[in-house]
Amino acid sequence: MTAHDPSPHHLQLTRDGQLRHFLTLDGLDRDLLTDILDTADSFIEVGERTIKKVPLLRGRTVVNLFFESSTRTRSTFELAAKRLSADVLNLDISTSATSKGESLSDTLLNLEAMASDMFVVRHSQSGAPHFIAESVTPGVAIINAGDGRHAHPTQAMLDMLTIRQHKQRFEGLKVAIVGDVLHSRVARSQIRALNVLGAEEVRVIAPGTLLPKDVESLGCTVEYDMEKGMKDLDVVIMLRLQKERMEGALLPSEREFYRLYGLNREKLALAHPECIVMHPGPINRGVEIESAVADGPQSVILNQVTNGIAIRMAVMSMAMGGQVAERQRQQAKGAKA
Amino acid sequence: MSHTSNQSSTLLLITGGRLVDGQGGEADNDALLIRDGRIAATGSQARSADVDDTINADGWVIAPGFVDLCCNLREPGNGQKGNIASETRAAAHGGFTTVCASPETSPVNDSGAVTHLIRDVAASRSPIRVLPIGAITRGLEGDLLSDMAGLRNAGCVAVGNGSRGVRNARILRRCMAYAQTFGLTVMFSPENQALAADGYAHDGLVTSRLGLLGIPEVAETAAVMEMLLLAEETGVRLHLSQLSCARSVEMLAEAQQRGIKVTADVAIHQLLFTEDALAGFDSRFHVRPPLRSESDRRALVAGVREGVIAAIVSQHQPHDTAAKQAPLAATEPGLSTIESVLSLGLELVDRDELSLTDLVRALTSGPASVIGRTSGLAEGDMADLCLFDPTGTWVADDRTLVSAGRHAPVTGRELTGVVRMTLVEGRKAWDALQA
Amino acid sequence: MTAQLDINQLLDELETGLRRILEERGVTEPAIIGIRTGGVWLADVLSKRLGIDQAFGELDISFYRDDFSRIGLNPKVKPSSLPFDTEGRDIILIDDVIMSGRTIRAAMNEIFDYGRPASIILATLIDLGARELPIQPDVAGRVLSLAAHQRVKLRGPDPLRIELQETGQ
Repeated sequence: MTAHDPSPHHLQLTRDGQLRHFLTLDGLDRDLLTDILDTADSFIEVGERTIKKVPLLRGRTVVNLFFESSTRTRSTFELAAKRLSADVLNLDISTSATSKGESLSDTLLNLEAMASDMFVVRHSQSGAPHFIAESVTPGVAIINAGDGRHAHPTQAMLDMLTIRQHKQRFEGLKVAIVGDVLHSRVARSQIRALNVLGAEEVRVIAPGTLLPKDVESLGCTVEYDMEKGMKDLDVVIMLRLQKERMEGALLPSEREFYRLYGLNREKLALAHPECIVMHPGPINRGVEIESAVADGPQSVILNQVTNGIAIRMAVMSMAMGGQVAERQRQQAKGAKA
Repeated sequence: MSHTSNQSSTLLLITGGRLVDGQGGEADNDALLIRDGRIAATGSQARSADVDDTINADGWVIAPGFVDLCCNLREPGNGQKGNIASETRAAAHGGFTTVCASPETSPVNDSGAVTHLIRDVAASRSPIRVLPIGAITRGLEGDLLSDMAGLRNAGCVAVGNGSRGVRNARILRRCMAYAQTFGLTVMFSPENQALAADGYAHDGLVTSRLGLLGIPEVAETAAVMEMLLLAEETGVRLHLSQLSCARSVEMLAEAQQRGIKVTADVAIHQLLFTEDALAGFDSRFHVRPPLRSESDRRALVAGVREGVIAAIVSQHQPHDTAAKQAPLAATEPGLSTIESVLSLGLELVDRDELSLTDLVRALTSGPASVIGRTSGLAEGDMADLCLFDPTGTWVADDRTLVSAGRHAPVTGRELTGVVRMTLVEGRKAWDALQA
Repeated sequence: MTAQLDINQLLDELETGLRRILEERGVTEPAIIGIRTGGVWLADVLSKRLGIDQAFGELDISFYRDDFSRIGLNPKVKPSSLPFDTEGRDIILIDDVIMSGRTIRAAMNEIFDYGRPASIILATLIDLGARELPIQPDVAGRVLSLAAHQRVKLRGPDPLRIELQETGQ
């Protein structure tokens, strides 16, 4: 029985299927994900010009709303917004308003008074960007820059862009995601993207303590033994391991984790010879991955950084475009009525 | 309950409609006579009386008034989330004639003084009967025993720990043994705190997909098992509040067969909704225990149908708007349900998951027996009645809801089943015509 | 109903006009840029006719359009590709049809983001008038004046043809 209908799927699309928020990959179809990748390709070309800037978001204000600090992600969003000619405001809320007891709703009210056009939201709680998208004034686009354990859709899409650049397709690909899937918003978005884009198999490789319940329902197979799991892989994605995982009795030690689930040359040799190695960063060398692999010929970790700006430009311009198109339609309807 | 006027001599006649007593009895109503707050006569005998007032119940169902074992009235408290006056009036709107007031107030109802306060306010402001539940541990902290004898003497009908657990099995065992001394029924929401940890949603498909923090089923089932064993050993009358797992129902049935004195209830929303309700991060459905899988829901409904689960409760938790306006994990748990219980229950009847008799039993005689009371439509029974139109429709919104909490489980579409009149000891606690 | 205009005749006009201007201006090594989609087909044909060996450029002006705030982003944007350095070059900019002049404005803005060209010659197959900006082609294959219900459309790339469409009123 459904009590209501504002599913995330409807929330992020306009009536005619254009993106207007970018909160999760759930509910977005293959065509839309492909459009995002194609648009990002065009922005990569822009990044190679003398003047790496296009006037799409000229005169618009993008607010980077980071309730959880992350210099790296915030910087790529900032650069992306600036290359779209937007004005950018960085707000590190983790240390200000909310810690003084101001509620998220009140913080938002204050920010809306600044007449922003887009909020890029990073939050430690799953679903926070959904909540913001449901409560902001119509016309303001919300981009999820990572929420709790839920989703990190721009990170997943830049990973997809990297895979497409190296493999030219998703059909027939065997991809493994290794490590702390339980706590990873990136892994959830990646599994979704790979399924929608048509990868043949998505494997997660991790000990039972680092897998969510019923993980197979997300669209993946489970392998506890990494050496078995490396077989025939075209892509291996390593996840970051937070040090505090030892404290909650999820793992005995970093050393045992590295021995069992760290990627070294020997394990990589078990994969397809052209298997690429990815990591959303920042890397813990000697915990998830051996330096020789991270810096080796099969590693595409640095590519991922370049692609991050292009994907964010694509998503920001598409969502803003959806919002303005929707507003135009409503005004036209209003004029007719 | 207000006793503003002496109505002992008033004679009230209800004609027409269908009597459903929740104990298997169903009959067309010819006439039902109420005198001195009790059902005085039925049938042609009732007709002959010279009455002060007649209620035409054609097309309605006449059931005993509903009894709620778990209701938060938010008083004492700061009033933002409602108070005894607002929430008992909402309960009357929902067809309830008796509600048990949860000890989770501010301050907590852990002393005779707070119990007296609740009863005093209810006596002057509530249109229905309010029966307080006392806190079994001081401040509901789960560490030290409360003055249970004092609570009983002040009028508490049972003792429990609200939605909160106790520190460990040793304290739980002592709580039970001490309550047993005074013949008090203990009410516990089974939840192993170490296993529930920081969770706030069912550990399952939706939690995995949305990256929510899960409460595994075993957090409940392990606690149910522990409580059943301790109840068996101490001999206390145990009532398990708000079950959510299929496995818990199995263990409960098995314990009842072995003769352990144990009863249980389930919140109305657990019978209709599942984990899927959280799919859009809808904070209204942040409830505790969490909504679980479809197979759990079916087992809970079956538990009610078979009488293993004695009562359906509202677990009414009114909140101010701000409490639900935040990312899911930061919101407060609970739904404002008490006005929707009947309509939601009738959806189960409509879907043939429950019979009307099952539903009425679980809302009347079932919960009444847990707190040692009776309920019925026979001569001599208390004239606590709920008269509802089973085909009438309404929409839960700001206009219709009486509760201070507007986060009803179903909004924005029509619900079937409208309470036309609620009578407490023959007096009108709710009359739709005058609302 | 659809009518055909003679494409070859128009291309001849365009080629003759371009040759004349290049000579007048003393441009010996022009670089051709076509605006997607029709302009790119024309850039291909004219490169061959003018005997220019340098690969032509393709411009997708989606990121520079001035109607983003009305219709949003073109969902089928493709990367622009200029296989030469524009800095100091003489550019021939080609589009199939010129009307308001807004597309050309966007295209020139984009070209300048690659570098500062020495000059730009604007060529269009058809000039429909109805200008909204002070931008004029240096060469046009044909100047047409259409009725409100008429549309002109370049089809291609092989064979390249022009359709004059009578739309429903």
